Amino acid sequence: MTRFVERHPAWALIIIIAIVIVLWLVFSVWPPGLEEAIGRKRVFLNAVFNGITLGGLYFLVASGFTLIFGLMRNVNLAHGSLYLFGGYVGYAISASTGSWILAFIVAFILTALVGVLLQVLVFRRMEGQDLRQTMVTIGLSIVFADLMLWACGGDFYQIQTPSWLIGPVELPLLTAVKSSGEPVYLRYPLVRLVIFAASVIIGVAMWLALNRTRIGMIIRAGVDDRDILAATGVRIQLVFVLVFALGAGLAGIAGVVGGTFQSLSPGEDIRFLLASLVVVIVGGMGSIPGAALGALIIGLAEQLGSVYIPTYAIVVTFLIMVLVLALRPQGLLARR
Amino acid sequence: MLKCSVGLLALSSLFLSGAAMAQDKIKVGVTATLEGTYTVLGEDGIRGHQTALNVLGKKIGDKELEFIIASTDATPDSAVRAVRKLIEQDKVQILLSPLSGDEGIAVKNFAKTHPELTFINAASGAQETTYVDPAPNFFRFNMDGAQWQVGLGKYAYDEKKYRKIATVGEDYSFIYTQVFGLALEFCGAGGQITNRQWVPLGTKDFASVIAALPDDVDAIYLGLGGADAVNFLNQYQQAGGKAHLMGGSIMIDQTILSSKGNAKNALIGTLAASGQADTWEDKGWQKFVKDYQDAFPPNKRFPSPSLLATNYYGSTMALILALRQVNGDLSDNQSKFKAALAKLEIDAPNGKIKLDGNRQAIGTNFVTEVVDDGKGALFSKVVKVIPNVNQTLGYDPAVFAKIGLPSRTVPECKKY
Repeated sequence: MTRFVERHPAWALIIIIAIVIVLWLVFSVWPPGLEEAIGRKRVFLNAVFNGITLGGLYFLVASGFTLIFGLMRNVNLAHGSLYLFGGYVGYAISASTGSWILAFIVAFILTALVGVLLQVLVFRRMEGQDLRQTMVTIGLSIVFADLMLWACGGDFYQIQTPSWLIGPVELPLLTAVKSSGEPVYLRYPLVRLVIFAASVIIGVAMWLALNRTRIGMIIRAGVDDRDILAATGVRIQLVFVLVFALGAGLAGIAGVVGGTFQSLSPGEDIRFLLASLVVVIVGGMGSIPGAALGALIIGLAEQLGSVYIPTYAIVVTFLIMVLVLALRPQGLLARR
Repeated sequence: MLKCSVGLLALSSLFLSGAAMAQDKIKVGVTATLEGTYTVLGEDGIRGHQTALNVLGKKIGDKELEFIIASTDATPDSAVRAVRKLIEQDKVQILLSPLSGDEGIAVKNFAKTHPELTFINAASGAQETTYVDPAPNFFRFNMDGAQWQVGLGKYAYDEKKYRKIATVGEDYSFIYTQVFGLALEFCGAGGQITNRQWVPLGTKDFASVIAALPDDVDAIYLGLGGADAVNFLNQYQQAGGKAHLMGGSIMIDQTILSSKGNAKNALIGTLAASGQADTWEDKGWQKFVKDYQDAFPPNKRFPSPSLLATNYYGSTMALILALRQVNGDLSDNQSKFKAALAKLEIDAPNGKIKLDGNRQAIGTNFVTEVVDDGKGALFSKVVKVIPNVNQTLGYDPAVFAKIGLPSRTVPECKKY
């Protein structure tokens, strides 16, 4: 931190000013002039919260993607299919048992199993051949998409939000003060906050597991040098299977989350594959904190864009990607 | 939902075509949005098409109709690609296409490059398709989005006493046309539209859109369809939304009213207008509903046909009736068939339909309100029927032309 300030004093200043402005925008009561210029504070706060919570969902999808890539140098373009598969499984479970939590557990286990099968049956046969793996996973994603279309139809499904999560909560953030002097607080959908909290917990747990445990150490060692790690007697194939299962399972969980606050339908697989690609390109391939930062940036860009520049909202994400690729092609938080 | 009904349809039409090999065939290409946001709409459109074939049969004199279905995703390029494939590879002679607004404009323009063929619009409803520079070989037997909103603005103003509304709509031609129809009437009666929000087709996360909805309006008009509408309603429920709602023609439709989950309950009591009403007591309509219900098992259809099923039914009906009039004669660049289509008046399930000089439908429109049937199923109940709605919405053509083409900001909210 201090080194960064010493090395880039100008950038540090800009970042600090930006943070102060954002904090002020979030916590103060907006003067009327500002409301006139950029709209009501409620809209702004909602867009920010939506961006952050959407970022949570993107992070869940992209973290599995980046984990698999980080260890195996393998771009799994069937990752979006795993997301959609997890969502459909979650829908089936929650529709038949009525339990939202159970949907997560079963979706995680089943998609993790599919991940294991993919690893054992497909990727192990073409280890180290990047192009072949990429082509095969594209093919697989098309096959999976058609199989799911056949099984579930083109209908859109929504996983029922449990009744204790429906509706908004009041947050201690002022949006306006009524003329009577009574403060108006921000009301925000509870389910999104819970999902965001869950993705933060998963993210932190993953970071801790990678950086503080023995298995994490093995995985990180595998990222740096697979061959030497294998030579030291670690059963690297087992580690691969484990990581693949975890990454796929996370995509499955994300599917249930996505099915809860958005919806599931054919085409979602591609959308989330694209989103996670953009997220990891922005954040840095193979880095978990990078995926978190990328997801946050993309989520915020999408939501703020859809409010303030609706016409060009779609372009914003790709503009960010282009900028990152031009200025820092390895991604914002890539390992050197 | 274990088997895709469309797949079955495609299979069965293959079988049927196999049996008819020996006879002379007339090949017809059909497109529907069987992918993307509007998948459900496309599927039900095909069901309507199939229902028409069940009722009317495929025989034209001693010839047999053969249908080839191609899939699109509501984007104009996908529609042109599908139509081109049908013409160039499958050698179809007649097209029943397309489903969605932007697709319609693109296919109409494409139709001009094949003046020898005949295009019958399947369900698309952008105004521009037949109003601006119409193609002589493009016929539309359904009304456009603005015609489908006739009656809504006035009813909302007079009966519901709404004075200020805001709109949220998908950002493409059909919804522009719908808001155009709504605004002309509502603003003409003295109402105000304070805010128009446009979201891209295929938007998944509506939370910010919902947050930006104004509080100081009497109602919010929703011009969404397919997956977008369901997503919106779901997130609207999560955000605890309570405003009065008004709906466009594909928003208040069985494609949404019979979606899974309980988010759709926000729509009970919603005022809407469309080219049909689920509970209309007309005999022809009731017969169509029954034909539709008999054609498919209950889990492979909606409780009642959607607007898309009705439109596909109507266009298929027009195709078959006109072909029968000329006894399947497609010689001389199909000129007899085209002439028959232009003069044709069909007794569609949703009222009589005839064509104007631009080959655009003049038909009946319905103002509806969403009701619960007591068993959890939602239907649109007719509150007003307006016959003989033409494309200029009863305005003098010269005045109508001055309003401009439907877009994000046209028409202005004033009396024309």
